[in-house]
Amino acid sequence: MTKIGLEIHCQLTKLESKLFCSCKADYRSLDINTNICPVCIGLPGSLPLLNKNAVEKAAMISIALGCKTPPKIAFFRKNYFYPDLPKNFQITQYNAYGPTSIGSDGKVLIEDKEIRVRRIQLEEDPGRLVYEGTSEKTLLTLIDYNRAGTPLVEIVTEPDFETPKQVRLFLNVLADLVENLGVSDPSLEGALRVDGNISIDKGNRVEIKNVGSFKDIEKALHFEITRQQSLAERGIPIPAETRHWDEARKITVSARSKEEEQDYRYFLEADIPWVLIDSSVIDKLKKNMPESIYSKKERYIKKYGIPLQVAEVLSSDKFYSDLFEQAHNEKNAKEIANIITTDLKGFADTKEQREQLKLTPKHLADLADAIMNNIITRNSGKLALQEIVKSGKPLSEIISSLDLGHVDDKSSLSKIIDDVFSEEEKAVSEAKLNPDTINYLVGKVMRKTKGKADPALTLDIIKKKLDSK
Amino acid sequence: MNLGITATQYLEQIKNGSLTVEEFISKTMERINKVEPSIHAYISLNNDAISQAKQIDKKLKAKENVGSCLGMPISIKDNICTKGMKTTCASKMLENFVAPYDATVISNLKSQDAIIIGKTNLDEFAMGISTEFSYFGPSRNPWNTDYVPGGSSGGSAVSVSALECIASLGSDTGGSVRNPASFCSVVGLKPTYGLVSRYGLISYANSIEQVGPMARTVEDTAFILNIISGIDQHDNTTIDKGKVDYTKELDVGVEGKRIGIISEMIGEGVDKQVAAATSKAISKLQTLGAECNEVSLDSVKFSVATYYTIAATEAGSNLARYDNIRYGFDFDVEGYEFNAYISKARKNFGPEVTRRMILGSFVPSAGYVGKYFLKALKVRSKIKSEIEQAFKKFDLLIAPTSPVLPFKIGEKVDDPLSLYLLDINTIVANLSGIPAISIPYEMTNGLPIGIQFFANSMQEKTLLQAAYALEKTTNLPGVPI
Ligand SMILES: [Zn+2]
Repeated sequence: MTKIGLEIHCQLTKLESKLFCSCKADYRSLDINTNICPVCIGLPGSLPLLNKNAVEKAAMISIALGCKTPPKIAFFRKNYFYPDLPKNFQITQYNAYGPTSIGSDGKVLIEDKEIRVRRIQLEEDPGRLVYEGTSEKTLLTLIDYNRAGTPLVEIVTEPDFETPKQVRLFLNVLADLVENLGVSDPSLEGALRVDGNISIDKGNRVEIKNVGSFKDIEKALHFEITRQQSLAERGIPIPAETRHWDEARKITVSARSKEEEQDYRYFLEADIPWVLIDSSVIDKLKKNMPESIYSKKERYIKKYGIPLQVAEVLSSDKFYSDLFEQAHNEKNAKEIANIITTDLKGFADTKEQREQLKLTPKHLADLADAIMNNIITRNSGKLALQEIVKSGKPLSEIISSLDLGHVDDKSSLSKIIDDVFSEEEKAVSEAKLNPDTINYLVGKVMRKTKGKADPALTLDIIKKKLDSK
Repeated sequence: MNLGITATQYLEQIKNGSLTVEEFISKTMERINKVEPSIHAYISLNNDAISQAKQIDKKLKAKENVGSCLGMPISIKDNICTKGMKTTCASKMLENFVAPYDATVISNLKSQDAIIIGKTNLDEFAMGISTEFSYFGPSRNPWNTDYVPGGSSGGSAVSVSALECIASLGSDTGGSVRNPASFCSVVGLKPTYGLVSRYGLISYANSIEQVGPMARTVEDTAFILNIISGIDQHDNTTIDKGKVDYTKELDVGVEGKRIGIISEMIGEGVDKQVAAATSKAISKLQTLGAECNEVSLDSVKFSVATYYTIAATEAGSNLARYDNIRYGFDFDVEGYEFNAYISKARKNFGPEVTRRMILGSFVPSAGYVGKYFLKALKVRSKIKSEIEQAFKKFDLLIAPTSPVLPFKIGEKVDDPLSLYLLDINTIVANLSGIPAISIPYEMTNGLPIGIQFFANSMQEKTLLQAAYALEKTTNLPGVPI
């Protein structure tokens, strides 16, 4: 049996400042070594000052993953030498002397499979090493400390995953969850990083590190399963080791280093006093926490009769659900849900598209209302939406400039159908026998009216006309 | 002009115009230049001191607001960061390090118009009890320059004792303020953990150390404590106690005070003359109305082992940052793999620091953490609870500051264990976080003996009152140098 466990590092990118100083948590796009201060580069005499907001945000993740939070939390030093680590120790949390990290013992359901969360801890991100060429062959390693001290939440699961697919589903859920909580933007490079450990058939555990993206962790796990199985089949023992993911070659490579043997000499960080987290703090957080994806989904289904699959797409994407929440009312909710999950596809998929999107919640409400009140057809709605996302003009203006008004009076529609009949004599004669040809005729009418014709009415008239022929 | 005046006298004379800041600072600088070759209290001096003094004189003349120190010269142990001046920790590692910021205690002093006259010598990274482990060479005891001044704040004690300043700031991790105070016949206070900000104090063992004032009188010590104590937004471990004026009600006496004599600190291993001076002090206190009784603190006998285990562990971590990457000394990195580079860089620590680094990576390591580090933490909490119990019965505890008299330079430098054992009377205060003070009590064969009081957490006022009462009974000679 395959057993997979994960260690996920999630940056709290939505925070203003780093974990122990007032430098920016958002270090991206800043000039090298400009987002630093005596604390985060560990100058002699500096002391860490705990960012209480980071504790709150980490507690939110912990609550959302069903973890227990102890009445007081502590920080520990993890001691090791590495050039990206300014103090040569990392301030983190540690549960070996009793649970003192922000969360432990949680669980998440993935396709009816229970994934246990062993612990969640709040810690500082190290700096970033910049190599000339690759890290193996570099002659020059430069250090950028802009990232040093960025708040990081480490989530460690039990080895409960049985397939790489479960891992992918879990990571998707997790990414949606932290985004929905408003604690992290998983689309930012390096905001969510995953290490895995994997063993097959009670074999030794192999750690996989250095995986750049979510997509690659699935590939890396697949590769490892195949590699370990082929070793096992040939009776070759699988050594317990750490392997790095080689992004270019899409394989894992033995790390050769003695990471296994590292002795971190954990002990209490006395510069940060214990933080009391009494139950009232947790209750307050729970009360003020954004609604969970699961509860949103249930509400969409129960309250508005939105179909399960639409509700799933809508609730798991914070951008979509935020749009929905601001646009909908009791009556148009279902229509808006439809527009967002089907018509908006292709216009708001990427971060860049979302940033440039001119669509407002009011547009959505107007659009849904216009469709529901038969002012425009669904097809015209699609056309209008295309225009709105680009120009941001009001719907009424777009309807008149694109001439999208609904054609729903029988006489004018009947005349248009007559024109189509005379142009498509062959199809008309076939139509009596073959219902597919009727759809072809409807399509012709739609093209002629630029999609403005009421589809149901069109079909009705065509059928009547055919019958009377 | 008398450079031996107290802080209180200095303030009076500046206020009544009989003395100018410039006069006093110039004379102090002359004195420093004269005596430094024989005592070596300072690592560096403030070249702007005289112009700063002139500025303050100008403000005084113009009746502008001037801070409560009125230009008083204060020396600073060279492990406390001062903006624009080197802070070396008496180490080659930080030989040229200039901190880009002031420690909170320094900003406090500057905002009260103190003049930082210079940075004083110490054992490298404050690890030692004799100031012999300084990269820049030892300081010498002004009472007899063949002898050590104690440590690790030896330079600070020497500078106060030899009239090279009015007061000084040291740091006390295991007795580093009180021991040199005792050896040099000055007053030294280790405040309650959390009373004084550590921001800018270069960490050695951060869970137990504090910055502490050193001065020639208890009153002066209280005056400096007023300035440096209080909650600090740069140090999460500081405690908000509101503003207390430690110079007020100093003379309430000790009548009715219950004083416990720590049995483990007056018996075996204590020098005869030190023991005799302690007995004398105790009878003095009794005649002043105090009630003195012996109390046994059983875990004191484990305190040295406990202290060195905890301090070395924290030091191993705190000093790990000295990898010569972000600051340090000239060193060509070419051709070194990272680990080789690190070990090469770290060869620049002196012998005592190296010893504690090795100890500090051993006692908390995977196979030994249970046997040493965790056991030390257990003893530490036992010491804390014993102290707590003791303060249910007593207002104060008393013991000699050092079990022995100052020793000769070079006498013990090759015997680290015998040096470690000398900490036995002071480290209890660090391990339990309580305040303690050493005051000069007697001279024997020209060498000073200090007496130490302990009080319960945040009871600095009680501590200073008792020290003040005992100080009043002494009559000590002037420094010979
Ligand atoms: Zn910073």
